[in-house]
Amino acid sequence: MQQLSYFELIGFGPNGWGNALLIATGMTLAVALCGFIAGAVIGTLVAWAKLSSSIVARSLADGYTTVLRGIPDLLVIYLFYFGGSAALGAIGSLFGAEGFIGMPAFVTGAIAIGIVSGAYQAEVFRGAFQVVSRGELEAARSVGMHRWLMFRRVVAPQVLRYAIPGLGNTWQLILKESALISVTGLVELLRQSHIAAGSTRRPFDFYLTAAILYLLITWVSTTLFQRAETYSMRGIRRAS
Amino acid sequence: MKIFKAIGLGILASALAISGAAAQTKTVKIATEGAYAPWNFTGAGGKLEGFEIDLANDLCARMKVTCEIVSQDWDGIIPALNAKKYDAIMAGMNITDKRLEVIAFSRPYASGLHGFATMKDSPLAKLAGTGERVNFDKDPAAAEKIIGEWKALLKGKTVGTQTATVNLAFLEKYFKDTATIREYKTTEQHDLDMAAGRVDAIFAAHSSLKATIDQPEFKNMMIAGAGVSGGVLGRGVAVGLRKDDAELKTAFDTAIQAAIADGTIQKLTQKWFKVDMSPQG
Amino acid sequence: MDFEFMQETFLRLLSGVPLTLNLAFTSVAFGAVLAMLIALMRMSGVRVLEAFAKGYVFVFRGSPLLVQIFLIYYGLGQFRPTLQEWGLWSFFREPYWCAILALTLNTGAYASEIFRGGLQAVPAQQVEAARACGMSGFLLFRRITFPIALRQALPAYGSELILMVKATSLASIITMMEITGIAAKLISQTFRAVEVFIVAGAIYLILNFIITRLIMALEWWLSPHLRHPPVPKASVEAVHV
Repeated sequence: MQQLSYFELIGFGPNGWGNALLIATGMTLAVALCGFIAGAVIGTLVAWAKLSSSIVARSLADGYTTVLRGIPDLLVIYLFYFGGSAALGAIGSLFGAEGFIGMPAFVTGAIAIGIVSGAYQAEVFRGAFQVVSRGELEAARSVGMHRWLMFRRVVAPQVLRYAIPGLGNTWQLILKESALISVTGLVELLRQSHIAAGSTRRPFDFYLTAAILYLLITWVSTTLFQRAETYSMRGIRRAS
Repeated sequence: MKIFKAIGLGILASALAISGAAAQTKTVKIATEGAYAPWNFTGAGGKLEGFEIDLANDLCARMKVTCEIVSQDWDGIIPALNAKKYDAIMAGMNITDKRLEVIAFSRPYASGLHGFATMKDSPLAKLAGTGERVNFDKDPAAAEKIIGEWKALLKGKTVGTQTATVNLAFLEKYFKDTATIREYKTTEQHDLDMAAGRVDAIFAAHSSLKATIDQPEFKNMMIAGAGVSGGVLGRGVAVGLRKDDAELKTAFDTAIQAAIADGTIQKLTQKWFKVDMSPQG
Repeated sequence: MDFEFMQETFLRLLSGVPLTLNLAFTSVAFGAVLAMLIALMRMSGVRVLEAFAKGYVFVFRGSPLLVQIFLIYYGLGQFRPTLQEWGLWSFFREPYWCAILALTLNTGAYASEIFRGGLQAVPAQQVEAARACGMSGFLLFRRITFPIALRQALPAYGSELILMVKATSLASIITMMEITGIAAKLISQTFRAVEVFIVAGAIYLILNFIITRLIMALEWWLSPHLRHPPVPKASVEAVHV
């Protein structure tokens, strides 16, 4: 057997892994994006709880962020992977459903990322909310806006504007975290590299390719977030 | 809050309805590792191949069910079965007492030898009994003798093996105080570390070691010492199943019995391992 | 839940704590030196050095640590003859040193940004004042810049320390038997994933809680000027009169 060159190996030929790697990269992006959205929803709820006047809600939210930021993400993902289906099965049998309630690896991965990143996004949203000036909220209330209208018209647009840099950081974090999902068997970029490295016995070539692809995604998304930031700040005068 | 609860229940109910409907089409989900050539491995482009993939397709045809084969990391393969991620495991898994505590097995569909491999220029190349077979159940005296001879050579060495396997159980039983045992997630990883010289020897199934040595990158590796079986190494390779899934066990048992009887297993093992590895007895 | 099993698990997982802390603190110590160098390069004003520092930070912050670990451990294993020629193989042969290297390079990138932030936050007036007193060079750095920068950077560096303790769990993938490694082994023996992972999670939580408290104590000790002045006792007694 002749040694394949690097480009034959990662190319699109009969012995090339190019296609598989591209699909896997798409999977990484998809699971990261779904995780990011799930995390944004969880983060908003938790930030809301943290800012609420109820002691119970506040301490629950604090407990959640403390625990999630204190244990390794790898453990959270394992726990969710093994515990998630068992819990779902238990709930299912409560309702009289027999047997198999499986959660696809993709859903497990996206939810696990959402739960981990929710803790980080909660802090981002909370920080951003505190920047919204009290005066504006009072003004909104004095013109008779309801809570929901005020949230939609006054709070959300401003919080989002101040949260963009923080969200950019969380996105990077999520992107890297999605690599850990490989342990659950979802064929994303790292797992595909893993499989390819094992079956061709060329680990360096494939892990290097994976690293380059991750860096490429990072670079593109950093640029996009910077654009978004510039756009959202177009009406604001900077202090400096 | 009541509205949320109602919506939640609604979603759950529809999810259950979908999974209920899926169960009626009789799809059996089988997990394999996809990193254990030639039993099961991932070929160019990411397609699953190997002895167990061929066998699974044959057995499913016999059982008249649709099969879906998924890959799953070895170290979580049993907990995920019990967590109902899939219904069966076909991943070169041996029947052992320890595993029987948590899952059920079908009747064995293959059996084979286990042993050490090392580099040709290593002092461990002289491990006793190369080319011979020792069954730890049938010949305890020979087993004791060979363990003693191996211990002398392995003193202070590092041996790699795959975690959560009968191979690890074997090393821990006999060489725990003699050698350093290093555990790997996959056999491919300990092969790479053997070639890189991070371990002095590896202990694995002969079938998997032979597949590795056949590759040009590993031409300096060799099987050293006798091939062993029985004892903690288990009673043959079988389909792993959940304990409460008696129906599926019966179906697999019947199908395997038929595949042994008509020579399918002999043919498939010849194809993938170059030797007949049909279960004995 | 089976509490007896969890207690036994807890005791067995505790034996992984020394290695976890060893990996975390060794790499943080090496990483701090590396981070300082990178931060100084980044602020040196020399274009080549700046570009190198920027590129370094981008590469190590922009790719997953797990990929870096695989690349260093299995990837470099592919080049054993070359590494042997350079006399580096005895280093790369050991999974421990590969893990330390990957973690150090990683924390070096993150911490260099924290240090840079801290150094940039030193008020210009302080430096000017020091110069006016005749301080310069290393003395200025040691007496004025460094202490202020350290105080500024400490909260962020505390989080980095926590992140590193968490990151050591990835070393289990290259055969290191730290907490997560032992947890995985226990699962393969008992097949009780959920209980084992809950206990492992609790241990990490306790470790990180202790570290957070230590960092907070250090912060308190380093910033006496921010504390409320102690209430004079006399006024308390005065109320009673």
